[in-house]
Amino acid sequence: MNQRARKKITQAIGFVLLRVCLYLVLAVLLLFLYDIGSKGGGVISWEFLSQAPRRGMTEGGIFPAIFGTFIVTMITAILAIPLGMSAAIYLNEYARQSRLTRLIRLSIRNLSGVPSIVYGIFGVILFVNIMHFGTSLLSAGLTLGLMTLPWTITASEEALKTIPQSYREGALALGATKWQSIRTNVLPYAVPGMLTGTVLGLARAAGETAPIMFTGAAFFLPYLPKSPGDQFMALPYHLYIMATQHHAILQVRPLAYGTALVLIVLVLGMNMTAVIIRYRLRRKQR
Amino acid sequence: MRKKKLSKLKEAAIRAFFFTSAVLAILVLVGIFATLITTAFPVFKEINIGRFLSGKTWDPTSPEKAEYGILSMIMSTLLVTVGALAIAVPIGIGVAAYLSDVAHWRVREIVKPVVEILAGIPSVVIGFLGMVLFAPTIAKVFHVPHGLTALNGSLLLAIMALPTIISISEDSLNAVPAIYSEASLALGASRWQTLVRVKLPAALSGIIAASMLGMGRAIGETITVLMATGNARTFPHLPQALLESVRTMTANIAIELGEVPYYTTHYYALFAIGLVLFVMTFIVNLVADVVLRKYQEREQ
Repeated sequence: MNQRARKKITQAIGFVLLRVCLYLVLAVLLLFLYDIGSKGGGVISWEFLSQAPRRGMTEGGIFPAIFGTFIVTMITAILAIPLGMSAAIYLNEYARQSRLTRLIRLSIRNLSGVPSIVYGIFGVILFVNIMHFGTSLLSAGLTLGLMTLPWTITASEEALKTIPQSYREGALALGATKWQSIRTNVLPYAVPGMLTGTVLGLARAAGETAPIMFTGAAFFLPYLPKSPGDQFMALPYHLYIMATQHHAILQVRPLAYGTALVLIVLVLGMNMTAVIIRYRLRRKQR
Repeated sequence: MRKKKLSKLKEAAIRAFFFTSAVLAILVLVGIFATLITTAFPVFKEINIGRFLSGKTWDPTSPEKAEYGILSMIMSTLLVTVGALAIAVPIGIGVAAYLSDVAHWRVREIVKPVVEILAGIPSVVIGFLGMVLFAPTIAKVFHVPHGLTALNGSLLLAIMALPTIISISEDSLNAVPAIYSEASLALGASRWQTLVRVKLPAALSGIIAASMLGMGRAIGETITVLMATGNARTFPHLPQALLESVRTMTANIAIELGEVPYYTTHYYALFAIGLVLFVMTFIVNLVADVVLRKYQEREQ
């Protein structure tokens, strides 16, 4: 009887401990969101969102940084979406079990573990120096694109895997070629899922700092970039500058909070859109 | 007849296009490795590779004698990483076990996306919060002049590693065959005993793989540690180093690459640090990969 009671008590204590772990994680998340939301919220105004920084970045807004992050993410998307999707189509639709296929998959998994700063210095050599793109939107976007590639491939392949084999067989039985069956019976159903996975990858890329620090992001620019060959301001790098490199750090702290809030809303907004679309899709597929 | 031939050609061309995109993954990985090696190589003509790895002093801009030893950075990176894992692994396993064995399925449905939000917060924002929230608290609690310390970095990296550890650990706990727990419960063990003595050991390889993946990310994380650990160029001596400012390999590259003159020994040395970093994360990720594959094969 006594042993039984002890067993029960141990279990109760154990489960409480596990619950504490969960509460701890949730508390940290809430603290983060609350701190940024409450201190950044007061800074947000139409002026903050639509104007350039003034007076050595102690006043004004962050519009050039928002604009720069938007454009660089577009370049990232232009590289990563088509390449990621085609690689996924090859792996899921064409590839046979072979040593080469295994090597491709191994490379993809390892690429997703390569540190972002390593992508950054790779971008410096390949895009800035060898290809002579200089420190520019193009170099930074391509660097981010390479970094995003393994994520988009994996996400796109997951989407392709959910399409039943019978869809492909149906087309093939009617005499369609392989590509015809993929184009008419696989892609129309898989593309929305592929896109949501890709958007998640792009959201991560939009929030990255290390890969763009040396490939194109600028401390401060009085004008917006006019061509892909120009330097640009970006939200993550701007936050880094405002938090650590500014000459009057404490004075601009509210602006840093405001930048952090805009960045978080942008990235989490992209995340949530993707997750909601995915959720709806899954329900439809059932 | 001709039309058929043409269509066959088209099929082959399309296949070749997709194939090329897939092979690009290998090319990028090899390309990164090759560029790092060739750019880092000139430094090893001047400095012995052993001295580079084991030298304790990094002072490339010294007017008398430039020193290129990266041991203090390697140790700082390891210190911050191990600290992060010491925090994140137990908590992560706790949350995973709670979600898989204790929580109602509705709670799980809500908590999982919430944890994913944590994974979505950009690293620069985490670093900023480390500066403004954690560092002052650490300074107050431990009576140190400022909180920009290795401990601060560990805490933040732990938070960043948690979502990965939670999600993979939970998957591997859920993948433990139901027969195992049923057998344990039927023998009179409590749910807690079943969890600790049957399910956790059975899911161990998945949990180890999750921790390794978290470790790989922590070693390579740049902007967060750059903002949060103070970046002093001193050699970390345990245990007081936890409450001192440290400079990791990633932070050092980020600090110095912007100012270094191109094609100097110092420039090449920074790429050599990048090479060491690449090799370290590559090995960690490869081990994680092997462990995870093995465990998935066994499940099938």
